[in-house]
Amino acid sequence: MADPYLRLDQLEVTFTGGRSPVRAVNGVDLTVDSGETVALIGESGSGKSVTLRAILRLNPEKKTRIGGKVTVGGRDVMGLGNKALAQFRGGEVAMIFQEPLLALDPVYTLGDQITEAIRRHEPISKADARKRALSLFERVRIPSPERRLDTYPHEMSGGMRQRAMIALALACNPKVLLADEPTTALDATVQIQILLLLRELQREFGLSIIFVTHDLGAAVEVADRIAVMYAGRIVEEGSARDIIHTPRHPYTIGLLKSRAHGAMTKGRRLDAIAGSPPDLADLPKGCAFAARCTLATDPCRQTQPELIQTETGTRARCLRTDQTLTRPGELVGA
Amino acid sequence: MSRQPLLQVRGLKKHFPLERKLFGGAGKTVHAVDGVDFDVLEGETLGVVGESGCGKSTTARLLMHLIDPTIGTIVFDGAPVENTRLSLRNYRRRVQMVFQDSYSSLNPRLTIEASIAFGPEVHGTPKKEALARTHDLLERVGLEPARFAERYPHELSGGQRQRVNIARALALQPKVIILDEAVSALDKSVEAQVLNLLLDLKEEFGLTYVFISHDLNVVQFVSDRVMVMYLGKIAELGRSETVFGNARHPYSTALLSSMPSIDPDNRTQHVPLAGDPPNPIDPPAGCRFHTRCAHAETVCSLTEPPLAQVEPDHQAACHMGVAGSGHSRAPEARTAAAAE
Amino acid sequence: MAQAVLPPGEIEVEAPVKAQGYWSTVWQRLRRDPVAIGAGTVLLLLFGMAIFAPWVAPADPLQGSMIDRLKPIGTEGYPLGADELGRDMLSRLIWGARFSLLMGVTPVVFAFFIGSTIGIIAGYAGGITNSVIMRTIDVFYAFPSVLLAVALSGALGAGFGNALLSLTVVFVPPIARIAESVTTQLRSRDFVEAARASGAGALTIIRVHVLGNVLGPIFVYATSLISVSMILASGLSFLGLGVRPPAAEWGLMLNTLRTAIYVQPWVAALPGVMIFATSISFNLLSDSLRSAMDIKT
Repeated sequence: MADPYLRLDQLEVTFTGGRSPVRAVNGVDLTVDSGETVALIGESGSGKSVTLRAILRLNPEKKTRIGGKVTVGGRDVMGLGNKALAQFRGGEVAMIFQEPLLALDPVYTLGDQITEAIRRHEPISKADARKRALSLFERVRIPSPERRLDTYPHEMSGGMRQRAMIALALACNPKVLLADEPTTALDATVQIQILLLLRELQREFGLSIIFVTHDLGAAVEVADRIAVMYAGRIVEEGSARDIIHTPRHPYTIGLLKSRAHGAMTKGRRLDAIAGSPPDLADLPKGCAFAARCTLATDPCRQTQPELIQTETGTRARCLRTDQTLTRPGELVGA
Repeated sequence: MSRQPLLQVRGLKKHFPLERKLFGGAGKTVHAVDGVDFDVLEGETLGVVGESGCGKSTTARLLMHLIDPTIGTIVFDGAPVENTRLSLRNYRRRVQMVFQDSYSSLNPRLTIEASIAFGPEVHGTPKKEALARTHDLLERVGLEPARFAERYPHELSGGQRQRVNIARALALQPKVIILDEAVSALDKSVEAQVLNLLLDLKEEFGLTYVFISHDLNVVQFVSDRVMVMYLGKIAELGRSETVFGNARHPYSTALLSSMPSIDPDNRTQHVPLAGDPPNPIDPPAGCRFHTRCAHAETVCSLTEPPLAQVEPDHQAACHMGVAGSGHSRAPEARTAAAAE
Repeated sequence: MAQAVLPPGEIEVEAPVKAQGYWSTVWQRLRRDPVAIGAGTVLLLLFGMAIFAPWVAPADPLQGSMIDRLKPIGTEGYPLGADELGRDMLSRLIWGARFSLLMGVTPVVFAFFIGSTIGIIAGYAGGITNSVIMRTIDVFYAFPSVLLAVALSGALGAGFGNALLSLTVVFVPPIARIAESVTTQLRSRDFVEAARASGAGALTIIRVHVLGNVLGPIFVYATSLISVSMILASGLSFLGLGVRPPAAEWGLMLNTLRTAIYVQPWVAALPGVMIFATSISFNLLSDSLRSAMDIKT
């Protein structure tokens, strides 16, 4: 089997700016094949966005300590020089954000921003670059693209801006698209449009996508595989189907159970996960979820569980998977 | 038995002038809420859903009388709410609100007990009694008073702060609580905890909720009745099961099918609704939804459909549901007349 | 069936944190800031010097001696030299601190109260009230502050009291403007809405919810004006519109010594050094205060 296109080995990110170091990411191993979409799911503080930023080395260098290895297309990202890094960002790996208004430059038209980005990476004429920008706008289904190229970001609606940002990200034919909660701020009817667009573009361009979200539904709509993060670690990982139907980590199970959904009886209480996530500046020695887990035993609190292959297909970082078998689909009311 | 409507809203409108012109000439106007009529029944949870610009948050602020309506009336418990100090003071004791942003809605310089006790003290409760009630409420929302009462908002997590906001709303012993996206900013696992708390409190204190949210899953879970809003108007209003199970307005249908599927084997294949919600500055004439509606016909761009009864306890503002409206899918006038 | 989840409704558990007030946190942060400590110490020394001038000063600041005119720094009996009338510079600088600090601080204190009141009222009321008040305030912006101070003092006549008054008038508009903008921002915060929703009147809301949040930023801004005030006051005295001779005041001293700049440049520069040191200390302290008060959640 061919090597995965993108690979994270024992990625660690520690923020050293504050009073005590904050261990945002604590040893993440993740592989993404060419043309594969992986969703990173987690709550605020789980380290999902930090992981994503680490791939592009976007975290502030002076206040961040990064450990482990990031390999993209056979190249070690941590070892890239300034020039190679600039080429790598956008050219090989591009990123889209939750709030396009903050990510796009307010003083240039969208057309200018895209042509500029293309010309930074490739020696082509302005007219050719603009032609490509136009075809990108058509690809992301922006109505009357010719006219929209000459508008400023604030003149567009939220959905259009997100499409424009995707066009900008795809401008230099990247192989990998990193998506940081790109649909969270959008309205429901627009969110589904963007999710389907991403799915379509992924197929067409053979992109590898890492899609960061806190929303299981959005993840299921786009992802082939899902990795669930908690306190800076991937606690469970597997195909979207296995994660939804037969999850084995108590946290994943808890997330699925605490979801309000239509099939549930009116007035019934939700099975909420008790407690709140641990302090990243003071992580427990053992499993970070142990304090909130009903199955936790002393070994859970003492040792850091390894990711193990379960017989239902997922890999879970849990010592008690013998206790977590559910009827397939039970948790989502199937 | 018919329940007495606790809140009756009639013809409520709020227009915001976009730019104030110094010398005459009307500037543009945002039609944030553009004529809505609905009731809130005692003891129910009325869910309000819609996308940005649909007017749901403005409706909440109007209900709370934080902004004055351009026109329209709100009747609470049989008596109209008037814009006088005394009337508002009494009204606000009975109707309270919880905001989306748990941090911004607490004064950063006050301890949480001071924030909660503020309301009762304003209404003349002696300080000692107000504090005692505050501690009871903290206990009730799951925050141990001994540990939390004297903390400041930034020392709490988002979920804990939202519990404080709920306690503050309860401090005046209201009958109605307006929850404006009250759980939307919380992480999913915390959201479930707070939803459970809201359910418990409702039962314990016999509360009535107006639950505003963009999350249809949550609205479906908590609501007895649901109101779907689009561009300042009510598109559909009815019992939760009927609206979710048998939506009669094409917008509601589209909104429902926009919910991401949780089944990996059955992902959404087609975009249910194209385009972005239009701007409430210049709402389209006729039916406001006709610009995005798959079933739109000439009549839709000409006349505005009334919010009409489509079955008992279920209203929709769509020409397709009104007999003789001129829409090809409308029921025959005769059959409709016979049914009545 | 898995039992992976605790019984519902449990609260979020975390280690208890000792509750700490906002201002005590600010104070702690300030104490850890070396710049703040340095500037604070300098100012403390200056104020101590001013208060205890009669005891600290080695000689009478008004007693001159024609023989000792413009003695250089280090002369016996005149550790910092003597001025153009043979008065002891050290003593005059110490006594001068009284007037100079008074002229620096008092107008800002008055302007702080007046400006904050105007600004908070305008900011909280909003609408037409705001427009009327703030446009009136804007009129004062038409004049450069130095010109305004000079013009007012000139019109009122020279003298210490009039100088204070004109400086106060100069500082009210900028403080009112800051107060207005902070209050306007605050007014749209949800907790002010929530307070209105609980039925509280405007005065109660201002007292409980607004003041505590706006006075801090206004105060920081006001401290940064102290140095400006000192320099303006010195300028007024320099022009003969402030403190009158023979009283010791740094600006005035700078004026009278300017003729000696070629004879005894170091002595002539001393009042300027004092003004510089004091204003820079106020500015540094104000900067530190600003960053100490910027507590993020």
